[in-house]
Amino acid sequence: MNQTEGMNSKQMLGHYINKSFQDAREAKANGKLVCWSSSVAPDEFCRAMDIEILYPENMAAAVGAKKGAPDMLKIAEQKGYNVDICSYARVNLGYFELLKEQALTGKTPEALENYVGEPAVLPDVVITSTNLCGTLLKWFENIAAELNIPCIVIDVPFNYERPMPQRMVNYVKGQFEYAIKQLEELCGRPFDYDKFLEVQKQSQRTVAQWDKIASMTSLKPSPFNGFDFFNYMALIVSYRATAGAEETFAKCVEELEEMVKNGQSAFGENEKHRIAWEGIAVWPALGLTFKTFKNMDTLMTGSGYPDIWSLRYTPGDMESMARGYSNVYTNINLEERTKAVEKIMENAKCDGIVYHNNRSCKLMSMVNVDIAEAVQKNNDKPFVVFDGDQTDPNNFSAAQFETRAQALGEMMDAKQAKGGK
Amino acid sequence: MYTMGIDVGSASSKVVILKDGKEVVAAYVAQVGTGTSGPEQALNEAFKQSGLSQQDISKTVATGYGRFAFEDADRQISEISCHAKGVHFQFPNARTIIDIGGQDAKAIRLDKDGNVKQFFMNDKCAAGTGRFLDVMARVLETTVDHLAEYSEKAEFPASISSTCTVFAESEVISQLAKGEKKENIIAGVHKSVASKALALAYRGVIEEDIVMSGGVALNAGVVKAIADQTGMKITVAENPQTIGALGAALFAYEEALKDH
Repeated sequence: MNQTEGMNSKQMLGHYINKSFQDAREAKANGKLVCWSSSVAPDEFCRAMDIEILYPENMAAAVGAKKGAPDMLKIAEQKGYNVDICSYARVNLGYFELLKEQALTGKTPEALENYVGEPAVLPDVVITSTNLCGTLLKWFENIAAELNIPCIVIDVPFNYERPMPQRMVNYVKGQFEYAIKQLEELCGRPFDYDKFLEVQKQSQRTVAQWDKIASMTSLKPSPFNGFDFFNYMALIVSYRATAGAEETFAKCVEELEEMVKNGQSAFGENEKHRIAWEGIAVWPALGLTFKTFKNMDTLMTGSGYPDIWSLRYTPGDMESMARGYSNVYTNINLEERTKAVEKIMENAKCDGIVYHNNRSCKLMSMVNVDIAEAVQKNNDKPFVVFDGDQTDPNNFSAAQFETRAQALGEMMDAKQAKGGK
Repeated sequence: MYTMGIDVGSASSKVVILKDGKEVVAAYVAQVGTGTSGPEQALNEAFKQSGLSQQDISKTVATGYGRFAFEDADRQISEISCHAKGVHFQFPNARTIIDIGGQDAKAIRLDKDGNVKQFFMNDKCAAGTGRFLDVMARVLETTVDHLAEYSEKAEFPASISSTCTVFAESEVISQLAKGEKKENIIAGVHKSVASKALALAYRGVIEEDIVMSGGVALNAGVVKAIADQTGMKITVAENPQTIGALGAALFAYEEALKDH
């Protein structure tokens, strides 16, 4: 019997997240390989070689949401990692220290016993890509160096030029080819191109369902609460190339379509304003940030962050895949990013936008003010910027967030009153 | 008809009572903020000034850091909207507001109707706010009320380069130890506050007329430093500490009109 029969999409989400960890634990116990991967590194190569994958960024976000980040941050800081480093990196490097200590001593440190996240296992290989940020490179290199394991790096140059020039496509394709060679050496067998094609096809089917969920937010009122993107995201990141993610998103689409059919929506009559959220969620304050807007009858319908994993390419075509992994939102120039934000606001019919000035993610935050001004110049929608952090609660102030959110609501009210919504 | 605005800040509590949305009949500032007796004290004094009582007030709007802690309000509105409202009431030509309060500093851009176009606020740091001046005044063995008198007599502003309040305090101490004149140090402190507030304003576009509000606007030294750095004329709002409460009282008037 299908294990997820009778489950709704949120239950399926939980099931498959747990399964991804369970699969990794079993693989480790059976002497099979486990990889730690950055969130937008191509997972297709490892999946084609039957390597189980865990995602440090996801692990950190989940621990942050469960309020367990401070304990891990403390361990990383004691190890000498500076507080200015990305809090995903610090949370994960703290956890990594505990796993390493356990492996070396055979004893489980107290902080590991109290760890609130799903238990992970140490990697045999790591894979990262520069299509997100430079921090990931150093973070994964450190893990590889400490464990003396291979570090596969997919170097993806920043897209200053548009469209992406052929020489860069060739370069990224070359990176893929080298990664395949590294995996062949590690596994001691030739790369499985047939399975690779199947994995690519699966990945594209999953992405198609993910995009369908996002498209539902263009309905007014919207059946989908955009903060749920932040929950479902865990699967598009970590389980993209598996049928479980596709099934979960298809189930979610089915539920949303059913709601629309029955005249239901996320906030019902109370959908007064719709906003876009730019940047990573504040995981330790996910509930607070959601409720602050909900209390103002304001629904989040668009966000560039979950859109990063709308990784589209043609299976069987390495150049297309190179383009897909290069053209991610964090790796394109300011002009294109501005257009992307505008498009999200337009598609999701947003009345305003909130920008997260995230202490951890300089890459996504340093351009906020420029993007905000350029977008506002074109669409005349109000915006606010708030200071926060994805997982370090020390860098977030609830009262400051609430004031800014309220001011955004008042600006949208004023515009609505003038008939300029 | 009387309406009331109460601005429960971090360092002070302000109350304004307005007659018919036009005439200020009471304005009071209690020098203690949220979580203290400040709000009650300001309310009592405002009633005493105006000869009115709670029953005479049609609507009350609360604003400021402690706006949700004040239970007797009909509505809470953010200090951004309230400052915009209050300044627009006094100066319809204002396009930029620089508001420096006890623990926050903000730059607000207005359109010609007084609506908020954009705003920027300080992050989790008290540099460039009233607290920064409090700390510096203590080290310099004076009070915030006297800072402007000192800086007026400065020959040049001493260099206070640190953004951080704690480091700037050490800088002031080392300037004192080097024998730098207190007047010059205070002018340097004012320059530092001005730079920090202007850094927020420069995130948008600074358009004239520029109006300053908040308690720090009472310090002529900071106002002069902002005027010097922008090369623009700075107008200080009338009774600048109560601008947020005035805006809240104006919003309360609009609310009251809806009921009539």
